[in-house]
Parts: sequence; C-alpha cells; structure tokens
Amino acid sequence: MTVTEAPPAPPTALKVRKPSARKRLVPYWLLLPGILWLIVFFAVPLVYQASTSVQTGSLEKGFEVTWHFQTYWDALKDYYPQFIRSLLYAGSATILCLVLGYPLAYLIAFKAGRWRNLVLVLVIAPFFTSFLIRTLAWKTILADGGAVVDLLNTLHVLDVTSWLGWTESNRVLATPMAVVCGLTYNFLPFMILPLYTSLERIDGRLHEAAGDLYATPATTFRKVTLPLSMPGVVSGTLLTFIPASGDYVNAELLGSTDTKMVGSVIQSQFLRVLDYPTAAALSFILMAVVLFMVTFYIRRSGTEDLV
Amino acid sequence: MPALRWIRRNMIVIAGLLTLAYMIVPNIVVMVFSFNKPNGRFNYAWQRFSLDAWQDPCGVADLCSSLSLSFRIAIWATIGATVLGTMIAFALVRYRFRARGAINSLIFLPMAMPEVVMAASLLTLFLNMGAELGYWTVLIAHIMFCLSFVVTAVKARVMSMDPRLEEAARDLYAGPVQTFLRVTLPIAAPGIAAGALLAFALSFDDFIITNFNAGSTVTFPMFVWGSAQRGTPVQINVIGTAMFVIAVTVVLVGQLVANRRKNNAQP
Repeated sequence: MTVTEAPPAPPTALKVRKPSARKRLVPYWLLLPGILWLIVFFAVPLVYQASTSVQTGSLEKGFEVTWHFQTYWDALKDYYPQFIRSLLYAGSATILCLVLGYPLAYLIAFKAGRWRNLVLVLVIAPFFTSFLIRTLAWKTILADGGAVVDLLNTLHVLDVTSWLGWTESNRVLATPMAVVCGLTYNFLPFMILPLYTSLERIDGRLHEAAGDLYATPATTFRKVTLPLSMPGVVSGTLLTFIPASGDYVNAELLGSTDTKMVGSVIQSQFLRVLDYPTAAALSFILMAVVLFMVTFYIRRSGTEDLV
Repeated sequence: MPALRWIRRNMIVIAGLLTLAYMIVPNIVVMVFSFNKPNGRFNYAWQRFSLDAWQDPCGVADLCSSLSLSFRIAIWATIGATVLGTMIAFALVRYRFRARGAINSLIFLPMAMPEVVMAASLLTLFLNMGAELGYWTVLIAHIMFCLSFVVTAVKARVMSMDPRLEEAARDLYAGPVQTFLRVTLPIAAPGIAAGALLAFALSFDDFIITNFNAGSTVTFPMFVWGSAQRGTPVQINVIGTAMFVIAVTVVLVGQLVANRRKNNAQP
C-alpha cells in the first residue's frame, strides 16, 4: 500500500488562509458513498461470516451464536487435504506463471518494437472471452487421445509425470497437471501485466551501461534487470496466488474428485449442503492463511508500496 | 552450429512467443469449434464443418437472455464503480485527512482476498438480511469488487497530474466547476476510462461471486458453467469467438486512432 504524496505545492503561499469548514469537509463527501459501500458490502459481511462460523443449529430450526469453535477444528480435520492441495496448486501455478510470463513481459517491454501494442492486445484480449469458455477449451486440448496427450506420450513425458503423481497413466485430463495447467493459463495475464509495467520503466541506457562495463547479458539480467523488476514480480505473484488459491472453476472443470480445491468445498457447503457454519469457518481459515502469507511475503520482499 | 547459436541468441523471444501461443491456443480452439457440428450434447470432439451455430446464435434456450443480463449488470456495475471509485481516488490523492491509512487498507483488502471468501461472506449478509437473491444482489456485489480496481487505476493517473494546470485555470478566472470540467476531468479521463474498461471486463466475466449471490438468476458465465454439466451448445463458442474478435478490433482501432492523433499533434 502506498501512502502517496501529491507533488509538493510551489512555495508561493503569500497569504496563509485557514480553509473554511465547508472546504475541509470536501474529501469526506467524496469518500462517503464509496467507502460506505465497501463497509456495508465488504467489511460488515466479513463480520457476519465470523459470527456465522461460531453458530450451531440447522436450516429448519435456525442458527444461533453458541461460540462453538469446534467447527473450525472439525472443518480443518475433514478438509485439510483440500487446503494443502489448494496452496500447492496455487503455488505451482504462480511459479509457472512467473517462469512463463517473464520472457513474454520482457519481450513486450524490450524486443517487440512496433509489434508491442499488438502483443499487449493479445495478452489482454482473452479477458473479453469468458474465462469459463476458454477453460472449457482446455478440455478439448487435453482430451484423452488428443494431439497434446499423444505428443507427451511419444516423448515419454507422461511416464515421468505419472511417476511423480501429476498425471495418471495415459491421461492428463482429470489430473493435478490439468488443474495446474488451467490455473496457470487463467492467471497468466495477472502476472504479465505488472511485470511488463515494471520492466517498461527500466531505462534502456542502464543495459548499455552494463554492457560498457563488460557485463555479459546474463550478468546484466541478474544485476540490473531482475532487481529493478522486483516490484512487478511481487505484485504479479500476489495477483496470481491469491485468486488461484480460492479458485474452484479449474478444479471442477479440468479435475476430478481427487483434485478438489478448498473453493469447491466452500461452494458446495454453502450452496448445496447448506451447512453455513462449516462453510463460513472454512472460508475464514482460507482468508486468514492467505492474508498471513501475503503479509509475510510483502515484509520479506521489502516492497510495501504495491498498490 | 549457426542454428543453435541463433536459438541461443533469441532465447527470450522464442520463450515469449511460446507463452503467447499458450495464451492464444484456447481462443483458437474456441474459434475452430464454433464451426463444428457435434455428435451429441458435448462440443469437445471435432465432427464436421458447419455454419449452423453462426446462423442461429440465439437458438439455445436462455443463452441470449443470460448474455443480455450480463451486459446490463456489467454496464450498471461499471457506471456505479467508476463514479464511486473516481471520487475516492480524487479524495485520496488531492486531500490530506485523518484515516487515510485505514481507507487505503479498506480499498486494498478486496483485491487481496480470494474471491470465494468475499462471495461467501456477502451471501451470509444477504441471508441474514433476508434479501432476495437476484439482479440487485449481483449488481451490489459487482460494484463492490470493481470499486478497488477503479480506485487503483484512477489514482495512478491523478497522481501524475500537475496541480499547477488547475492553478493556472483558476488564475485565469475559471470557477471551480469550470476548472474541474475543462481541465481536471479531461486530464484524468484516460485513467477513468481504463478503470471503467477493467470494471466492465471484471463484472462481465465474474463467475464465483455471481454464483453465490445470484439465486436463480442466470448470467452468461453461469450459463456456461451450467452447460459444462448439461452439454455445451456450439453457440457458446460462437459468442466466445465474437467477443474475442470484437475486443481485439475495438482495441486495435482505438490504438490506431490514438497513434494518428499523436502524429497529427506533432507534425
């Protein structure tokens, strides 16, 4: 979070006047509607959710706050595999996004030349085709006996991934690999755009200077480009990891019951089983874990001015 | 080996283009399969070429009504979030006041939270209030989660504005309203437009929050989700293809116009 200071006013204050009361209220009037909206529909619901998570009862008899913290323990005991899986999948997808996204962001920032705008459009345009449609397309791409699976089979890649437990025998669909592939695909733009913004700000002369000082391209990258792009790396990984950890669309469309993520559980507890306390407890644990990891990560990486 | 050397020298370009291919391939698959004539309910395997779906995109029950519902919600959510978000952004950049830190956190938090958490907590609120789930609850939710993104986009632009331009306007006897309309707003416009575009795309495409708070109302993403279980009509691919083509065209034309204007400005 930035506390951004407006550019300093020129020191030409000839007459120091105390702003009138009406003027001093202007920022509050500007903030009021939007902040009220966020308080009523974002902050208050979180409080409601906290209270729901310590309620007991049933849909017929109604729920009551009984400070039944056991729900948290039971929820964790029953669904810790889904929790761990969510964090693992989201983490893998984030690393893959970084590895795949960095070259493309670099390409757009430094090598694309007059193609830059076209490539940028191609990165953003998928946003406008519903991501559900695009995720369904992966079902076709990864289908059993399809070209991709055949190729991976011929190259014996699937033997290795099956041994690692990422795929099952000769199929990719309905395995962890398919889910991570979908997650990576869906959140790549969220990695590429911040990376691109931070890379684009780098002065090209720094690269020349590094070259003049006999740095090899690899050294230039390690000592100049990468450190300067760190803000992009941090915000990109956050924008990828956070939504990926709660996503259940990829796990449901491309996975199987063995690849369910915690989002699926929350969704079905809330909308199908109608066990509100368990669902609320689960989503509270997810929120706490994610916020804790994010805070820790931001502290570690030392870039607190992100947004 | 010259070929190997060429590959080594252009490694970044090759890797970048491979990623680009990874991002575009699903769009191409969607496009190709919009010309398919599937055997049965699912459009996952290629059968034979046909223009049927293109001739009759609304031929599936509820598809076009869900599409128009998504459009209406996205437009109102965009207007709501853009107005509220722009006001917040101006207040945050232009004024010093107490509680700025708290307000910055309140705006940051919705972006730092998994969607499913927001969706579930909003649902508990609506259930507790006894609100009827449907159009209004979805619209409220969409304005809520688009707001932070608009604030971020507008803030970036307003921060880079030179306040002396407004001072100059005032020196030239422009009133506060006139200054705002003729100087401030035009300069902030690209940031506001970017925020609005982002809000529209986010709202139109949102599934998780909508799925929790829509009740029996069906938006387009929810229609696609349901069809994944019941059988996907080819028309979905037609809509997906059309949206992709329209988006690319609009953005490219916008770029061309902007370029021409820039060229005209500096002869």
